[in-house]
Amino acid sequence: MTGSFYASALEIAVSVVLLAAMVTLWRRSVRAIVRSLAVQGFGLATVAAVLGFHLGDPGLLVVAALVLGAKAVVIPYLLTRLVRVDPGSRETQPLVNVPASLVAAGALTFLAFAATRSVTAVVPSIAGRLIPVGLASMLVGFFAMFTRRKAVSQIVGLLLVDNGVALVAFLATSGVPLLVELGASLDVVLAVVVLQVLAVQLRTRLGAFDLDQLTELHD
Amino acid sequence: MNASLLAGEALAAVVQVVALALGAPVLLGLMRKVRAHFEGRVGQPVVQPLRDLRKLFRKERMRPDQATWIFPAAPVVLVATVAVAGAISPLVTTRPALGGSADLFALVYLLLIGSTVLALAGMDSGTAFGGMGASRAVTIGALAEPALLVTILALSFGAHSSNLPAIVQATVLHPEILATPQRLFSLGALVVVVVAESGRLPVDNPATHLELTMIHEAMILEYAGPDLALVTVGEAMRLALLLGILVNVVAPWGVGAADSLPAIALGVVALAVKVTAAGVALAVFEVFTAKMRLFRLPELLAGAFMLGVLAVVSGLVVR
Repeated sequence: MTGSFYASALEIAVSVVLLAAMVTLWRRSVRAIVRSLAVQGFGLATVAAVLGFHLGDPGLLVVAALVLGAKAVVIPYLLTRLVRVDPGSRETQPLVNVPASLVAAGALTFLAFAATRSVTAVVPSIAGRLIPVGLASMLVGFFAMFTRRKAVSQIVGLLLVDNGVALVAFLATSGVPLLVELGASLDVVLAVVVLQVLAVQLRTRLGAFDLDQLTELHD
Repeated sequence: MNASLLAGEALAAVVQVVALALGAPVLLGLMRKVRAHFEGRVGQPVVQPLRDLRKLFRKERMRPDQATWIFPAAPVVLVATVAVAGAISPLVTTRPALGGSADLFALVYLLLIGSTVLALAGMDSGTAFGGMGASRAVTIGALAEPALLVTILALSFGAHSSNLPAIVQATVLHPEILATPQRLFSLGALVVVVVAESGRLPVDNPATHLELTMIHEAMILEYAGPDLALVTVGEAMRLALLLGILVNVVAPWGVGAADSLPAIALGVVALAVKVTAAGVALAVFEVFTAKMRLFRLPELLAGAFMLGVLAVVSGLVVR
């Protein structure tokens, strides 16, 4: 893989990850939010694959396939099943409205770039310069978690944070060992399964996926 | 600079304005034809907007009694500003005469003069719908502005200049910058802003007959005869100009130096092909899109702003 092609492929894949994180704040339909999470998983897998081709590391390609399977197919599928119970589910009243969320997300991106200046100085490669994007995805995920009301969008926020961590790991260390990634992916899939069960419980108790209705403790 | 090149550039500028004035109504007709095709109708002939204009120009002048001088002046100012913007933009050549003054910021505010006088004229006519349309149009303009300015900033990184001909020239010389995230994000933002500024779906429905949902049409509701013809030409030219700038930023092929007549002719053909493709794509998109609720528009334009910010961020850090 030639140098400039590698650079632009990596940049575009990383941008897809960031853009997908932003789109989860932009869209209101929960179905669209889950779809953009799948796109982010695809972008993350592409980052791993591009790094794998560039470094000639077959282990990283297996990791890419693993990420693609877990984060672009299995997890979105599990969440889609959750959405199917309530197909018209929408973020009608997020705690911060959509335009303000987007401006905040832009500010968080700048914050991520400012905060990682010392880190990017240590890793003087093309991948190193893109590390802030991973942090930005994490911050956007946190933001989604505490401003969105639906259970599914909060799960998506958590997964955005996870994807951000994975992206930083890929870019900073030029690839994660297969075993570590296997463990991390299984962990996340398991967490989503547990959260899915919780969300279904929530719905049967409250008749809605709206976490704000959880105002008192039940035994 | 030698005399023949100067003459070529001046000629190119004139050609651009003429091509805009004649091509824009045809583009409008073509977009209506595409829509009619998808709706299973035969539709008007593609040149129908030109015939409508001829008819309107022959009609009697009718103006509201209470209107001041702003009302008749607005269509003229609109067409004049769009024509000047068209003359200095890199549509047919990367070096139109006075191209040095085609700074993107200047261009944006040149086009904004036209929108502003039209909004003033809408209020000047003294009708409820005129004022409502003007207020809505100004709101959308104000929301689109930050997105556009941030995007311009991102575009100017690659060329180290906010001069539009310089940006197009830099893209011609280094086509690989088209594949950078910075350019892709700016393209997304530009598309949204162009759709908003030219009043197409999902922002505004140009074919609506229901006054309450109108934005741009409500603003010009009181115009008739030759004044209406000028407004229509001005708006069509603005759409064609915005699409022309968009396609030349995205795909600057066939845009050369204006050193000979064949070069200018090639530029005109390339521009016509590209703008037609963009117009047809926009029309097809419109067929499958519903108009957005007015109160949801800030979300759409905030999305464009976000894309612009992402473009700036990736432009600042990645390169």
